[in-house]
Order: sequence, then structure tokens, then C-alpha cells
Amino acid sequence: MSSHHESILREPLVTGANITYAKVTEDILVPVENKPNRAWWIGFTIAALGALLWVVSVSYTFWFGIGTWGLNKTVGWAWDITGFVWWVGIGHAGTLISAVLLLFRQNWRNSINRSAEAMTIFAVICAATYIVAHMGRPWMAYWALPLPNQFGSLWVNFNSPLVWDVFAISTYFSVSLVFWYTGLLPDIATIRDRATGFRRRIYSILSFGWNGSVKTWQRFEVVSLILAGVSTPLVLSVHTIVSMDFATSVIPGWHTTIFPPYFVAGAIFSGFAMVQTLLLIARKVLGFENYITMFHIESMNKIIILTGSIVGVAYLTELFIAWYSGAEYEQYAFLNRVSGPYWWAYWAMMTCNVISPQLFWFKKIRTSVAASWILSIVVNIGMWFERFVIIVTSLHRDYLPSSWVMFYPSVIDVCVFIGSIGVFFTLFLLFLRVLPAIAMAEVKLLLKSSSDQSKQRLIREDSVPKEYAEFYKESLTKYDSVSEEKEYAKI
Amino acid sequence: MGNHNHSHNFTEQYEFSGKPKTWSLIAILVGILAIAFGLLTDHAERTFANLLLMAYYFTCVCAAGAFFLAVQFVAQAGWSAGLLRIPQAFARILPIASIILIVVCAAGLLTHNLYHHWHADGLTDPNHPEYDALIAGKSGYLNVPFFLTRLVFFLASYSIFALMLSRFSSNEDMEGGLNSYKKSIKWSAIFLIVFGFTTPIWSFDVIMSLEAHWFSTMFGWYNFAAMWVSGLCTITLTVILLKKSGYMTWINENHLHDLGKFIFAFSIFWTYVWFAQFLLIWYANMPEETVYFYKRFEPEYLPWFWVNIVVNFVAPILILMTRDSKRQMNTLMFVCIMLLVGHWLDYYMMIMPGTVAEHRGFGIIEIGIAIGFAGLFTFLMLKSLSKRSLVAINHPFLNESVHHHI
Repeated sequence: MSSHHESILREPLVTGANITYAKVTEDILVPVENKPNRAWWIGFTIAALGALLWVVSVSYTFWFGIGTWGLNKTVGWAWDITGFVWWVGIGHAGTLISAVLLLFRQNWRNSINRSAEAMTIFAVICAATYIVAHMGRPWMAYWALPLPNQFGSLWVNFNSPLVWDVFAISTYFSVSLVFWYTGLLPDIATIRDRATGFRRRIYSILSFGWNGSVKTWQRFEVVSLILAGVSTPLVLSVHTIVSMDFATSVIPGWHTTIFPPYFVAGAIFSGFAMVQTLLLIARKVLGFENYITMFHIESMNKIIILTGSIVGVAYLTELFIAWYSGAEYEQYAFLNRVSGPYWWAYWAMMTCNVISPQLFWFKKIRTSVAASWILSIVVNIGMWFERFVIIVTSLHRDYLPSSWVMFYPSVIDVCVFIGSIGVFFTLFLLFLRVLPAIAMAEVKLLLKSSSDQSKQRLIREDSVPKEYAEFYKESLTKYDSVSEEKEYAKI
Repeated sequence: MGNHNHSHNFTEQYEFSGKPKTWSLIAILVGILAIAFGLLTDHAERTFANLLLMAYYFTCVCAAGAFFLAVQFVAQAGWSAGLLRIPQAFARILPIASIILIVVCAAGLLTHNLYHHWHADGLTDPNHPEYDALIAGKSGYLNVPFFLTRLVFFLASYSIFALMLSRFSSNEDMEGGLNSYKKSIKWSAIFLIVFGFTTPIWSFDVIMSLEAHWFSTMFGWYNFAAMWVSGLCTITLTVILLKKSGYMTWINENHLHDLGKFIFAFSIFWTYVWFAQFLLIWYANMPEETVYFYKRFEPEYLPWFWVNIVVNFVAPILILMTRDSKRQMNTLMFVCIMLLVGHWLDYYMMIMPGTVAEHRGFGIIEIGIAIGFAGLFTFLMLKSLSKRSLVAINHPFLNESVHHHI
């Protein structure tokens, strides 16, 4: 990393004056080492009620069966698989940030990777609950694994992408968990060193005896790189295989060759939107503005516009090739999508995923916290609609017009979905209380080279061209949420 | 922070003379002779298929140069600042490459040597014995005027952006400051949008419509992947050859390592896209789609079908896996040459089965035309490169690039 020669033009990754290693620890551990405030309790109560709703509605499903959902003979797969794919997609950003951005040496990942990875893990858990819930008989879940017949199961069909899913998602989940936990070790050790009594014993066990020696750090670096190398293909494989759940079929609207990379781009798109949704609030409530700066928000918005446009290219390609193919069923499937009874879902998808993110071309909008947050919610909605459109509009009018129907979700369908959001937020809010939401050790690496104070020093020493220094100051004062006075007043 | 740049001569210019000049001119001559040979020996269709292949390849590499520039600016990359003059040289000759491609396509259409799956007498006339309902359905899109308009429009817009990005850099050399840098970022972003939304259509037109009955939504990104890998390999190869001739002392193994990582990653990406397209068509087994691979599974093509995967995926992934191999000039040079040959084969597998089919060949026409275009590219690119200094001296991230260390 060319850290010692970092250009003054680059925006700082840590703002604020008098930021020391000790201050980083103090700031980031505030939520972990203190009693929760009211905002947290209110959020947690709502989320926990949501989780309770999930327990109730899933139990109801198990007791009475899948018939409690809105599925019918023509649309045999709808709300449940939409929810599953939505959650799996969200679970892509964390590992992308931690792995791909690490391989690209993008230092700005250091202050967002921890929360993003945690979010990934919780999103994949939510996705997994859908798999188990829609098995109908969850106690038979192990049938999805290739266990010998003595266990009473049938050998799995290796030709089925659903089995590939089982392997892909479980591998992805395990590696993401290991990656996340490995990154946590030095930070858990920091908490351990500051804690007393029972807390100290717990964090002591969790820290795996981390002692901060040079050798430990070296191994830590090597393991991080290896895990990044392993998880990069995994991130891509998961949604590739999810897309194949649809694309290997011969159903018009599902079978198209562009699906794998298009799904992956969409997954990263939705994942980053969810990271924005969570971090913009967490940063404010927990006072992390100096660590998650406007540059981080802007960079994430840029990734959202990039992936949103890739998805847009895919939508248009699909639409064009459906016409170009000359295959009448393919043509009808898309005509029906665009202008059939579900036209509103299609256009909701187009608007939320392709059109509205283009607003991020304006620097004013992509550096506005409020606009970023609203647009991140819009993207979350749009990506839910994308899956709904692909799944339901392709199924609801099949080859036999007498069996054409609409899909209406039941109350249970809706409750399971809302409940899964509750589960997600419950887990995330608990995470904020017990583990540092920002990778302290990794942020400390940036203080010497990429913090505002280090850049200010360069300017004071007069070792950078005047014009560059002006550019640097302007980029901060004009767009950054932390204005100079406020920021210095804080300390 | 002191300036440690004393040891490098940032004003050096490439001198285009001697062997590179002689040999590239000889190569162009070989190409002309091969074209003449093909046309005179009654191999017009095969000659045109090869002309299309190399003209498309040539244009893709130059367009990839412009794309590389735009990506570096938008991503605010620092490491590459010291080598930007090379993709700029590619970008500057994109207009010439574009004109050649347009001429080849137009001449092929005019002489009925190319695109006869959709451009032949009676295909769209219901009363004609040759009537083809499928093609008639597409004729609103696949017709000569609209086809050529699109081609000209796309290539002209890429060329304009490419020249703009190069011009900003020249201005920066003279004026310094951040003005050119800011403009480059802005226009790069606009270029990327135009390029991203239109390249799939470009490849649907120029390559996929050779087999006009067949369709695949992935085809655009598949061609993009091939373009990007071959562009990266050409950039890297040029850097290495310049270094070997004693130029560009500020480029070291760290920059090569990054270029190597890009080549490694995007070779895998190419394979990913190739495989996803193949797997989904194979799995669904629908006749209107499998026809494409059916042709490529004929004994004429099958061995090359597999060689394509070995050369463009298995070999680079195995060779470039380790850190050291990406930092060694000779290894990296070998991989670049191998991939450039590999992607020639890739384009060959895209073009030949749908045009000359079982009359395919590998002889004077193929080798000669490939050598001719390689010579033409080398000649034009080096000539363009020699016009300015080898580094954009006022690039704001030059200092980062010179001290790049990974």
C-alpha cells in the first residue's frame, strides 16, 4: 500500500482532530461498554416484537402446513422464494467489502467491513429460515444433504441447482463467519483487556488467547488474505447458483443466459443498499461520524449506481433479446411482465432499481445523508420487487390459459416476511451491544496516512502544492457532513 | 515529504524507428498479401470472415484502452498513473480501427460475404422460396441501413470519448493543475455509461448476428470479457516490451503485479461468463439455443472448442496463481502472448462456425491477416505513443504511482 505517499487529493478516511489510538478505542467501544440508551431500547423492542411475529407465523406454518400461504396450483413458488432470494442477495455486500475490497487494497473498507459482515451473516440466517420454513416438514431438513440411505433419506439429485444451493450457501455462510470472527479477534482482545470480572472471562474465551505479538499479527494478515481469496469466488458463486434455480428451467422469463452475472450484480446492489440503511443510522446514533465519513457514504453510493446500472443493462438486454429471439412464449412472457396485470410490479422494479439510483450522479444527492438513506430504502424495495416480478409474473400465466391466476399473499406470508425483518434487526441490534461495530484495529492502521489530521499536517508543513491543498479543503467543507467548526468543537 | 523522483527521466519520449518500425511494416505487407491471396484464390468468404475477426479484435483492443483510462479516472486509481500513456495510445487509434471495422462490415454486406443469415435475397419476402419467418420478424432491427447506422454511431461515440480523454491528458502536460483531471473524471463517467449500455448491442450486431437465428442474453458480456482481457494483455505486453527496451524505469514489478492480477481475475471472469452461458444452454437443452453449440461440437471444431478453455482459463489460472509469477516480467509476457493468441481463437470460435462452417481453414489467410493486423496495430500505436512523453507528468497521482508498493 502506498500509504506514505498517499495523495492529498484523497479525502480522509478518519476525520476529527486529536484522534489518537486510544480515542479510536474509546469512541468505538462506547456502545459496548455502556448501558444502552433509550433509542436502542425502542429499536430493540420493535425488532423483538417483529421477531416474535416471525416465531408465531412460522410455528403456525409448521403446525398447519404450507397451505396457510397464498400459493396456488399455477403459482407454486412465490412469496417465500422471493423473500429467500432477497435476503441472500442482501447477504452479499459484507463479504464483497471484506474480501474483494481487501484484494483491491481499498482502505475505505476498514471502517465499514465489520458491520457489513455482521449484516451479511444475519441476512444469510434470515434466508436460511425461509429454506427451512418452506420445506413444510422442517424436521426432514437433513434430507437436503447427501447422507447415506441408512438415515432413511433418498440420495439427493445432484443435477438439481437446489442441491447446489445447499452447498453454496452453507459454504458461504461458514467462510463468512470465519472471516468475520477472525477479523474480530484483535478487537475482542481489546475489550477483554479493558473489562473486569465475568465480562473479562467471557471476552477472554472469545479472544482465543490473542496476545498482539508480531507473530500473531503476521498470521492474522496472512489468514485475512487467504480468506479473502477463498471468499471472493464464493460471493460470486452464491447468487450465480441462486440464479440457476430459475435459469436452468425452461420457463420463459426464467431461462436466460445472462442470469448468473445479472443476479450477482443485483445482489451486491441490494447488499450495499442495506449497509447504507443500517450504517447511516448507526453512525448517527452511535456518534461514528468521524470514522464513517461522507467519503464512505459517497463511495457506497457510487457502487450502488454502478451495480444498479449493470442491473439496468441486464433488464434491457432481457427485454430486447426476448423480442429478438422471435420465440413467441418468450416474447409473451416479457410483454406480460411489462404490460400485464403485474405491470405495476415491473415498473416499481424499474423505477426503484434503475431510474431512481441515477440521482446519485449528482454529487449533492450522493453526499446527502437523508437522500442516501431514502434511496437505500427505495433500492431495498426495488430489489424485492425484482425477485417478485421474475418469479410470479413468469409463473402466473402458464402455457394453459384456463389455469391463469393471480397470486395473493396470505396474512401468514406477510407476517413471515415482516417477522424475518424483525429477526434481522434483533440480531443486528444485539451485535451492536456486544461487539465493536467498527474494526478498531483496522481503523487505527489508517491514522498515520489517511486521517484528516495527517493531511492537515502536510498542508501546514507546506509540502503539497497549493492547488491540491485547496482541492482537499474544498472537498471537505463543501460536501462533508462534519463541518470544520462543529468537528473541532466536538473535541 | 521530499520528491524522490530524481532518478527517473519523466520527459523521455519513445523513439519509433529501427526494428519495430521495419517489422510492423513488413507485417502489414504480409497482411495485404494474405488478403489478396484469399480474394484471388476464390476464398472470398473465408477472407472476409478473417477480416471481420481481426478488425473486430483490433477495435476491441483499442476500445479496451479507452475503457481502461475511464475506469482509472472514475475509480481515482493511483497505481496506474505512470502507465496511462499506453492505453491513451490505444485510444488515439480507435478512430482508425473503427473505420476499418465499418468498412469491413459494409463491404461484407455489399458483397454478401458476411451476415448472409439475415442479409440475402428473399429472406423477408413471404412469397419467396427462401422466406424465413424468424428472420423476417427481426428485419426491423437486422437490416443494412439500421445496422450500419448503429455501428457508425457506437464507434464514433467511443472514438470521440477516447480522443477527449487523450486530449485532456495532453492539456494537463502543458497546463498542470487539476482542471484536466476533474474533466477527465466527469467525461470518463459519461463514457462508461454510454459504453456500458451499448457494447452488448455492438457485439449482438457484429458477431451474434452472424448466426441470426440464435440468441443469448449473455453474449454481450461474454464479448466484453474477451475484449477486456485482450485489452489488458496488450497493455501489459506493451509495458513489458517498452521496459525491456530501456524505457519507463518508473514502472516496476508492483505495477506488473497489479496488471497481472487484473489479467488473472478477468480471465476467470471470462470463463465464468463463458461457462454460465454454456451450462444454461446445455442444461435447458432447447433446440433454438443448442444449435450454437451443436455446430461447435462438430468434429471440425470440437478440439478447438476445448483448446479455447485450456488456453484462456486453465493455463492463466495455473500460471498466474502465485504472487511471484505476476511479478516476473518474462512469465507475465508469456501469459499475455498466450492469452492474445487464445482470444484470437475465442473470436475464431465465435465467427467461423456461423460463416464458413465446415470450410474453415487455418493457413495463409488466417495467419497472414492476423499478422497484418498485429503489424498495423503495432505501427499505429507506437507512432501515436512516440508523439508525447511516456508519462503524463502532471497527473496528480503520479507520485503515488511511482511509489506504488504492494
